[in-house]
Amino acid sequence: MTFEPSATPEQISARQQAFDNQPDPAMLVSREEIRAALLDRHTAATQDKLDSAHVAICGCGGLGSTIAVALTRIGVGHLHLIDFDRVDMTNLNRQQYFLKDLGQYKTEALRSNLRQINPFIDITIDTVKVTDENVPTLFENESIICEAFDVPENKTMLVNAVLENLPDKKLVSASGMAGFRSSNLVSTRRVSKNFYFCGDGETAPVPGAGLMAPRVGVVACHEANMVTRLILGEEDA
Amino acid sequence: MIINGKEEQIATPITVAELIESKGLRADRVAVELNGEIVPRAQRAQTQLKGTDTLEIVTFVQGG
Repeated sequence: MTFEPSATPEQISARQQAFDNQPDPAMLVSREEIRAALLDRHTAATQDKLDSAHVAICGCGGLGSTIAVALTRIGVGHLHLIDFDRVDMTNLNRQQYFLKDLGQYKTEALRSNLRQINPFIDITIDTVKVTDENVPTLFENESIICEAFDVPENKTMLVNAVLENLPDKKLVSASGMAGFRSSNLVSTRRVSKNFYFCGDGETAPVPGAGLMAPRVGVVACHEANMVTRLILGEEDA
Repeated sequence: MIINGKEEQIATPITVAELIESKGLRADRVAVELNGEIVPRAQRAQTQLKGTDTLEIVTFVQGG
């Protein structure tokens, strides 16, 4: 069954109003209070490394939005979100958006939601399509790149382009996460020195076993934890 | 040669592009590393493999 939007003009207008009228999170908390809470959980030695890390997240869908939330919660200091798409209703089964975000660019909606967790993270957004042409210049400020696309040809292009052009960057990718097969089929593998691969490696969506929050989330958090390990100096998968 | 950690008997001469095709894989859905280094997509057709090589062929499916 194919989803057909059925929202009324009033509902669409109400979504936009809700998006535009969120509380300014910087009015709700100080940088010092968030920092003190993170230090309580993580210690200064760990938090200093997280604070100074720069991570690019390519794709803000089921993988990327979940990776971004996890990294924001632990206070990774600098995030670069890249996606050309807008939020639609069929995204809400697994992606970190809300009804107010429908119709917005994913980069803008995700940045807004991340700020409600920690408004002091430095978030850069690029609402662009990643191509072979822009890969060499898109990640100048990041040492770690997360591949979080959904279309296999786009995943493949990014992985190849990074490995060909940016061999010194750490690259964390994912494939094989649909349906509700065992979580224990999912792993993180270090393919080569700077290239990590998460997922079960094979499970694509089929009717009845499509992309769903729990298992996509398992793989997203494999990626997020590998990024965290790299930031904290652990290079093994 | 060793492909994804398993010893396989592959007749040589064979290029990376030919190996991808012989395995029924789509060139636009794989990344290939030869002895720990990426094989650039533009060089797959010219890159000859030897029996002593170690390959990692990473394949990508829909989903994210």
